Amino acid sequence: MGRYVARRLLQMIPVFIGTTLLIFLMVNVLPGDPVAALWGDKPPDPAQVAQIKHDRGLDLPLWQQYFHYMGGLLQGDFGHTIAGNRPILDEIKQAFPVSLRLAVMAWTFELVVGITLGVLAGIRRGRVLDNAVTLFTLLVISVPIFVFGLFFQLIFGNQLGWVTPTVQDSENIGELLLPALVLGLVGLAYVARLTRTSIAENRQADYMRTAVAKGLPRKRIVTRHLLRNSLIPVVTYLGTDIGALMGGAVITEGIFNVTGVGNLLYRALGQREGAVIVGVVTVLVLVYLLASLIVDLLYAVLDPRIRYA
Amino acid sequence: MRGAKSAKWVAIAGVVALTATACGGSDSGDNSNRKVDPKGIVSYANGEPQNALQPSNTMEAYGSVVIDSLFTGLVHYDKKGDITYENAESVTPDKDSKVWTVKLKPGWKFHNGEAVTAKSYVDAWNWAADPANGQQNSAWYRDIQGYDAVHPAKGKAEKKAMSGLKVVDENTFTISLKSGIPYYAYKLVYAPFYPLPSAALKDPKKYGEAPVGNGPYKFQKWDHKKLISVRAWDGYKGANKPKNAGVDFKAYNKDTAAYADLKSDNVDSMPIVPNSEIANFKQDFGDRAIDMDFSALNTVNFAFYTKQWKDIDPKVLQGLSMAIDRDTIAKTVFHGTRESATGWVAKGVKGYQDDACGEYCKFDAKKAKQSIKDGGGVPGNKISIQYNADQPHKDWVVAVCNSITNATGVKCVGDPVTDFAADTEIRDQKKVKSMYRSGWVLDYPFNGNFLADLYGTGVDGNKGGFSDKKFDELTKKADAAKTIDDSAKLYQQAEKELVNTFPGIPLWYNKTLSAYSKNVKKVEFDQAGDPILTEVEVFEK
Repeated sequence: MGRYVARRLLQMIPVFIGTTLLIFLMVNVLPGDPVAALWGDKPPDPAQVAQIKHDRGLDLPLWQQYFHYMGGLLQGDFGHTIAGNRPILDEIKQAFPVSLRLAVMAWTFELVVGITLGVLAGIRRGRVLDNAVTLFTLLVISVPIFVFGLFFQLIFGNQLGWVTPTVQDSENIGELLLPALVLGLVGLAYVARLTRTSIAENRQADYMRTAVAKGLPRKRIVTRHLLRNSLIPVVTYLGTDIGALMGGAVITEGIFNVTGVGNLLYRALGQREGAVIVGVVTVLVLVYLLASLIVDLLYAVLDPRIRYA
Repeated sequence: MRGAKSAKWVAIAGVVALTATACGGSDSGDNSNRKVDPKGIVSYANGEPQNALQPSNTMEAYGSVVIDSLFTGLVHYDKKGDITYENAESVTPDKDSKVWTVKLKPGWKFHNGEAVTAKSYVDAWNWAADPANGQQNSAWYRDIQGYDAVHPAKGKAEKKAMSGLKVVDENTFTISLKSGIPYYAYKLVYAPFYPLPSAALKDPKKYGEAPVGNGPYKFQKWDHKKLISVRAWDGYKGANKPKNAGVDFKAYNKDTAAYADLKSDNVDSMPIVPNSEIANFKQDFGDRAIDMDFSALNTVNFAFYTKQWKDIDPKVLQGLSMAIDRDTIAKTVFHGTRESATGWVAKGVKGYQDDACGEYCKFDAKKAKQSIKDGGGVPGNKISIQYNADQPHKDWVVAVCNSITNATGVKCVGDPVTDFAADTEIRDQKKVKSMYRSGWVLDYPFNGNFLADLYGTGVDGNKGGFSDKKFDELTKKADAAKTIDDSAKLYQQAEKELVNTFPGIPLWYNKTLSAYSKNVKKVEFDQAGDPILTEVEVFEK
């Protein structure tokens, strides 16, 4: 087990270097000069452009820029933004907790409601509740997320006035509830469907018949035998989803004006702030890698037949 | 059947939502007898400024609106485009408009108590012109003598101060220009010409986070990416004393989010309504909707460096212009929120003349076809219009293209580029294939700003490579005029000359489209599209 974890952690190093290099190169290939773009549609000042490029090390060859960047990164220095010359670490420190909070809330929502719906539907396959869940999830999956966002904003914010239409303080958990609900909707539908199929399938398994024959209480059968064996695909999905929720909340964050990672990434892309993009993605890659490691370790907990040497 | 039941429920939910939207908005009025609270705070939908808050380093809108609330410059202009004196008592040129003497109103102070003197101006400008201080707006000082020694295009600076700036006494200084510019006072309106207190030059970084100005509002706090607060300042000597107690600039990532808040009175106004709401914002806000002239012009320009336009007969260009049905497109694509342009200078600036472009800016399919034929036709019989796809330009580009093709048979396609940064890069590198979308918002309300700065040979704003000796001579003559009025008149002649060379096709004048909440009254925007915040009054809660 310990060796397995160590090996997985070591594997992260090449993945980490590979992704950062790839993104670094991709950002540089994008058309548009970030320094000249500071001037908008007015003509840039050549002396000033040269000065800024020199100050930020943007006049060096690309490979040198990459090594400088990685060198700084290893010492915890994410560099400075081109516009405003602010430390990128500050931006990351400001955006990540907000997105993390939003993602965890959406994720909990997916987990609790999704699994509950999935279990109920799976156990009562073909009955009213099952059909309702199928229909509901179909609706959620087929309607684009921004439609839900704008719809909820209109109903709960503008019409009913229960909440302010946008988030006024991104650190207030109460205000984040609505965006988290919207963000978690799609994932919830997938979790419910995955759980339902898995449960419905395992309900026919031999060990279930044995458990019922042994006369075990129903609650124990469902939670201990049925659910535990049905969770592996769900856990896989939930594990990767936490990373996706953090980085992919661009639309939800935009609608509700949440100052999170999605927004930071979107803005950085528009301004060709390469260092910001690489910095944010670096942290996101770490989140993904750790989440997938935890998922793999959880497999063994759920199904003791899976062992890691 | 059970599934069908659920489906019905969903359908009902959809109908509820539709009626809910239809009912929304348009309940204004009954504001007339509400009391005004002089202690009220106005909230304005803004965004996070790009740079630290230094006047000479702020050119984008989010920072500018904050800077303009904190500072008052030497002069400003009124709705007719005439100069008004603010911190300056007088700004007078010599007979060649070459040496300008600025006299300050005595007794003005910065928010920290320091006196605003001639030195506050001269030192600030010299500091900002130095490229080592990285101020984006330094090119604004280039008319001043000695600028090139401080700010050479390449290599190290030789001097730290411009020779053209001289402090005469505490309240007087002179600006010597490289050559006479009769309308130079207009340039002094712009933010890089604001004064700075001495502390700002000692620790610019700290100052950029908490600026100290001389304007109607005093800086209070900057909560990054959330809020910038400014509060009315008791010691203000200017005429535009705030009628409210302060402004909160709230940071929004998206204009649609700001609009949702504006509808619920969570924010009091915003710069411009999102494109998706243009069709219905007047219905949403009733008489609280704002629709004002804004001195900006949309054009489609020719890339004269391409094979297609290199030796073109202007008749072809005039023909293309006549083939565009501006009025119909303004009505359909823009829902009547733009006005067909009749010249190369936007409305609301000094020297604006009606109908400068004449018949060539009026839709006439027959004449258009004939004119293109007379000029020898469009090379390749195909044109394309480059635009940035990150902004909603596609609809009108398609409409313009259809109009041209229907009227003349010339094939026309849109040439989308991913975003604005990529679009400007292609323009700067002179790689536009045929034509490109362009636009210009006034820097200062003078017609020369729309002419010499865009179509003069080799100037920075001239991205299409247009060059005409006659036009250059006329603008030179206009710059040598004795008075602002004479200069504006001579520039009008230069504009008339553009009819014969047709460097670009004028399309529409922009408008400021905005709205305000039920909490405030009297929100107005100036010609440059900036809100006049000092005039806003807040109702008692």
